[in-house]
Amino acid sequence: MSTLAPSYLEYPHRREGYDHDLYAWSNMHARPPVTWPQGSVAVWLCVSLEWFPILPGGPFTAPGHMVTAYPDYRHYTARDYGNRVGAWRFLDAFEKAGVKASFATNAAIAERYPELVAAVIAGGHEIIAHSTDMNGTIDSTLAAEAEAALVAEAIERIERASGVRPTGWLSIARQQSFSTPGILKEQGLTYCCDWVNDELPYRFANGLINLPLNHELSDRQIITVQQKSAASWAESMRDAFDWLAREAATSGGARMLPIHLTPYIMGLPYRIAALEELLAELTRRPEAWFARGDEIVGAWKAQT
Amino acid sequence: MREGASDPGLYDYHPYNARPRIVWPGGKTVAVWVAPNLEYYEIDPPVHPKRKPWGRVHPDVVGYAHRDHSNRVSHWRMTEVMSRHGFPGSVSLSVALCQHHPEVVADAVARGWEFFSHGIYNTRYCYDMTEEQERAIIEDSIATVRAATGQTIRGWLAPALTHTPRTLDLLAEYGFDYTCDLYHDDQVQEVKVAKGRLASIPYSLEVNDHYGFFVYNMSGREYAETLIRQFERLASEGEKSGTVMCIPLHAYLIGQPHRIGPFEEALRHIASDGRAWIARAGEIVDAWRAQQ
Repeated sequence: MSTLAPSYLEYPHRREGYDHDLYAWSNMHARPPVTWPQGSVAVWLCVSLEWFPILPGGPFTAPGHMVTAYPDYRHYTARDYGNRVGAWRFLDAFEKAGVKASFATNAAIAERYPELVAAVIAGGHEIIAHSTDMNGTIDSTLAAEAEAALVAEAIERIERASGVRPTGWLSIARQQSFSTPGILKEQGLTYCCDWVNDELPYRFANGLINLPLNHELSDRQIITVQQKSAASWAESMRDAFDWLAREAATSGGARMLPIHLTPYIMGLPYRIAALEELLAELTRRPEAWFARGDEIVGAWKAQT
Repeated sequence: MREGASDPGLYDYHPYNARPRIVWPGGKTVAVWVAPNLEYYEIDPPVHPKRKPWGRVHPDVVGYAHRDHSNRVSHWRMTEVMSRHGFPGSVSLSVALCQHHPEVVADAVARGWEFFSHGIYNTRYCYDMTEEQERAIIEDSIATVRAATGQTIRGWLAPALTHTPRTLDLLAEYGFDYTCDLYHDDQVQEVKVAKGRLASIPYSLEVNDHYGFFVYNMSGREYAETLIRQFERLASEGEKSGTVMCIPLHAYLIGQPHRIGPFEEALRHIASDGRAWIARAGEIVDAWRAQQ
């Protein structure tokens, strides 16, 4: 039988606080309460606009990427359906509900589908930088210089193609390297959405803000991973909203409900009505403040 | 256990239909205990030759941050709901949490919860440990929890459910009263150990929230309904001989905003039914032991 090295029982980071220095610990329920311009629950709709090259690449393969041997027409086209059809259904649904959203956008989407990105901007929605394309994944196997170049390229290409320079960043699969918070800060970004450890914004040690985009509440997690129906997804969103509204009322501190949407998942004909009905219901709730990511970050920043 | 034998020899076979009658206090038919896992997962742990700690290259941001949600947000959501309906916790504790986030441990102490060890970190696995190494983590667990809470731990749930062939014998030698590592029964059972004695308390792994949400892919409401069905059946069968139902939890799962409301309804149902003896793990083991 093999044995373990003595170092396996050494704990060099066993100390008060975290085993890293990226951000400090705090208990959300014990922080000074924050308020929103209206209501007590910020509802943050965040849509991912993703272009998957038919040839996968990058440090790791993004969720939703090609599955079969080359050429995988099935997954290439089924993902692109979201950009051709599903995202337009979202835009109509948001306009009908009178709500603004964030669109985490690959640079390749801004370049390839300018009509879509122009409609997103014209609708009053926010563009969040979402890497170059779905091969633009990041993890600690990527050299820091290469990662910095990837982030800079993504922001620059989005700005050149859309005319808008994003202030927020969403990594593919929310995966970062140990260098990412430093690189995002150096690139002049205000916030990222990758760390799902909180339900309100907080600051990294370097001043970058994290706006947590709960992956458990995403259509990808509930519908694609857990294989639930759109109706079950909507029920979970309503249960979450109800709980957060109650928690805000009893604690006096505002809360946030992130709703992460994927055009090729929730934008299908048989699912879109569940989103439309949810929006109709939540926009009638006095506790709801529908806001873009940058608006939530701005409101929070002004109070903390 | 019998190392190398095809039957590890953990316990004797006792058919469910021919057991001595177990009676719980107050004539209750099912002992219900809630086992929140209060854990710390390291962001960059050493890699064990037999198990990778994370699915992605470190830092696995979603994996780490998801679990960190417990210690920033959902612990207090879960504990408030439990306290509101009269459920104490019997905590499966990554004992290094006493160092990292003493505020979380202090909250559980203040609520009168019981602690048992779940290893040092949930990212350090026991496979291939020498006897000396395994004694070191047991002794570390006892000393760390005693210093942080004043309690002497009586139970064990192996870190990330990783064991060696000698784990259960060592627990008995150190005077532990129960293990949560065996899933063969709905009643407390005797474990065969080299010296002394050790009870196996049902931990109901199949209704662990991780199983509910990530093995069986339940919604929050489906999981709550599962807990109620589990309770109804065990409460009914417990009329013949007292049964045990455990609700094993992780705050980062059950304390998510879409799940905690339905979970509260399940606790409300169990607490108001009248057949549940809501207790801590040690109390259940003691009541069973007194009837042996």
